[in-house]
Amino acid sequence: MTTDKQPADSQRSRYQHRVGQRTYHFRDLADLMAKATPARSGDRLAGVAAHNAEERAVAQMALAEVPLKTFLQEALVPYEDDEVTRLIIDDHDAVAFEPIAHLTVGDFRDWLLSDFATPAILERIRAGVTPEMAAAVSKIMRNQDLILVAKKCHVKSAFRNTIGLPGHMSTRLQPNHPTDDTSGIAASILDGLLYANGDAVIGINPATDNVPQACRLINMMAEVIDHYEIPTQSCVLTHVTNTIEAIEQGAPVDLVFQSIGGTQATNDSFGFNLATLAEAQDAALSLKRGTVGDNVMYFETGQGSALSANAHHGLDQQTCEARAYAVARKFRPLLVNTVVGFIGPEYLYDGKEITRAGLEDHFCAKLLGLPMGCDVCYTNHANADQNDMDNLMTLLGVAGCTFIMGIPGSDDIMLNYQTTSFHDALYARRALGLKPAPEFAAWLEKIQIFRDGGSFTLNNQLPDLFQRSLGNLLGGY
Amino acid sequence: MNKHCNGTTPPQGTSSEQRLAANDSPVTDNPWESLRRFTDARIGLGRAGISVPTKHLMEFQLAHARAQDAVHSPLPTEQLIDNLIQQPWCPAGIPFQLHSQADSRAVYLQRPDLGRQLNSSSQQLLQDHHKPTAKAEPYDLAIAIVDGLSSRAIEDNCVPFLSQLIPALTSHSNPWSIAPLALVEQGRVAIGDHVGELLKARCVLVLVGERPGLSSPDSMGLYLTWNPQVGRTDAWRNCISNVRPAGLKYPDAVRKTLYLMEEARAREVSGVQLKDRTDDSVLEQDGSTPSHNHNFLISHD
Repeated sequence: MTTDKQPADSQRSRYQHRVGQRTYHFRDLADLMAKATPARSGDRLAGVAAHNAEERAVAQMALAEVPLKTFLQEALVPYEDDEVTRLIIDDHDAVAFEPIAHLTVGDFRDWLLSDFATPAILERIRAGVTPEMAAAVSKIMRNQDLILVAKKCHVKSAFRNTIGLPGHMSTRLQPNHPTDDTSGIAASILDGLLYANGDAVIGINPATDNVPQACRLINMMAEVIDHYEIPTQSCVLTHVTNTIEAIEQGAPVDLVFQSIGGTQATNDSFGFNLATLAEAQDAALSLKRGTVGDNVMYFETGQGSALSANAHHGLDQQTCEARAYAVARKFRPLLVNTVVGFIGPEYLYDGKEITRAGLEDHFCAKLLGLPMGCDVCYTNHANADQNDMDNLMTLLGVAGCTFIMGIPGSDDIMLNYQTTSFHDALYARRALGLKPAPEFAAWLEKIQIFRDGGSFTLNNQLPDLFQRSLGNLLGGY
Repeated sequence: MNKHCNGTTPPQGTSSEQRLAANDSPVTDNPWESLRRFTDARIGLGRAGISVPTKHLMEFQLAHARAQDAVHSPLPTEQLIDNLIQQPWCPAGIPFQLHSQADSRAVYLQRPDLGRQLNSSSQQLLQDHHKPTAKAEPYDLAIAIVDGLSSRAIEDNCVPFLSQLIPALTSHSNPWSIAPLALVEQGRVAIGDHVGELLKARCVLVLVGERPGLSSPDSMGLYLTWNPQVGRTDAWRNCISNVRPAGLKYPDAVRKTLYLMEEARAREVSGVQLKDRTDDSVLEQDGSTPSHNHNFLISHD
């Protein structure tokens, strides 16, 4: 029998749980959330993880009994100190919350899985769900729960095409090059388009991150999109302040990119605040470059960024990640994706942890109403391989993931990591019947990249349009 | 060139359209494969159905295997020390064989903090080194050779790089005094500051295996800190990356290192305060391939 020393009543947290003879105590809501989180290296590194498997299971039982209302009363990061907390609390919609206001975290899981929670109802409660509520319920859900509920959350966004329709999955064409060489980038764009990729965005991570370079790449992609009349959008993934400057200099910017985190201190370390994002959104909207919609923002997130910036306030990394989605949804993005395996094994150790995190991030973001995609990826020092990526990509495809990355042969020669390939996207289409954005699909058929869009069958010949541009180049070699 | 003929004859009774004719390949090549001259990206791979052909799958698996081996193979420190002490340029004194506080690769990968500090016996070894010569002049330079995330990077690049760097330092008009070399297992970049501080060196140069890329399992990084002390952040360090035969070649890496070291010694600073100047005068002179900067996708219209 365990003999716990009982702290004085005044100091005792409300968060405790009795199992048999033993009462487990949790310091506060943040401690309970962290200890209830499925095991991962980043929480161990931060010193917030459960000490053993039983403590984790008991924490999950205790968390299941916490009323959802508690998350509106107990801020995990102080309201006074953090503009992300203020955003979450100030923007909370009490009317939308009404239908679920009486539930505990455990009841919420049952409700989400039940037939009451239809896509229409889930859309109606969105603004009443806070990131902390989403994170809490995800911690007590199995992978199949995360998939099933995410699949019911339909989130549509649009710019030059329509992203996120049920039964569809888009791809970001990522033509990175270690020296931003134009011909090298053009070669990867061509490869991606001819493998039917690029409806989410053609998005370049620049090797040299400054305004002139961003403008050069933005212009280059705008010319390609314009010339081939591709119903898609472009983005250079440079700092938000660079993109604002590029717009001021007249660059044809489609989407504004920024990496975001779930605490003000994380975003400080990234060099922006909410006002910066608002300014950037206004600037991009003023260009009116969208044809079927006006979602102009593209955000990337990933568990571990807050700890890495020493800005996690003692929270577990998944709760910090979910809070970043409050930042994202304020600005009605076209695209958001978690870069799940990029940060390294000190945050997500192996394929199992990466898979779990990818499903959690996708679920939480969808529940909160974001067009969530995933960079299904790993680095060479993580204990993961292509088979882990095949598994996660398939699971996310089943879950209705908005988009994945597409890159030549899975090998990013600039960022030195592996993500999903152009071929992988076609695998997911064939295995799961997932279509590209409708406007883009029509373009693929019109210019004969797809010989048969219904079976995702590619043309064996170079399409005429590209033959005209490339004839001399290919013939002359 | 990606064609695979499996050579087996179809079983009798298969209808003619089902039978794979001997000259038919299940692999569709891409006519734009020749564009690989513009990029190392894996473009134009062709396809089996919509999947990556076997040949390219095998090549990818080999590259990933090499990258993983680079992370997980231990540094053969004794072999490396034997090799180093036979070199005419090897600084006086038996090289130190040191270890971080991460006692295994699994711990190392999950606890970066432990990889930044020497374990107690390694600390003792460096402290004892100074006792007999307590009144001697401090060393100008300590060189820490650290496995980091690629032991292969160190195995392949450390000796040829140092064989060009050290003679240049010792034959300098104002020669650098160099501490015995320090080899560190399970170390991160910042452990060099611990080594430099305990050896009472005015400057530390860290040679470290970088996180391996699929096509660069052997990439070595160089980090320079003036006045090394435990707790220094990246802002104090200058970095030269991708040192390897297929990346930044040894003579270029040596030239950049010498420039940074001379600047650091003259101004008694390192890191951000040096970086701004070197970006203009040195790092621009990269011997990288000439840029194409030509958007062929719209140039023939």
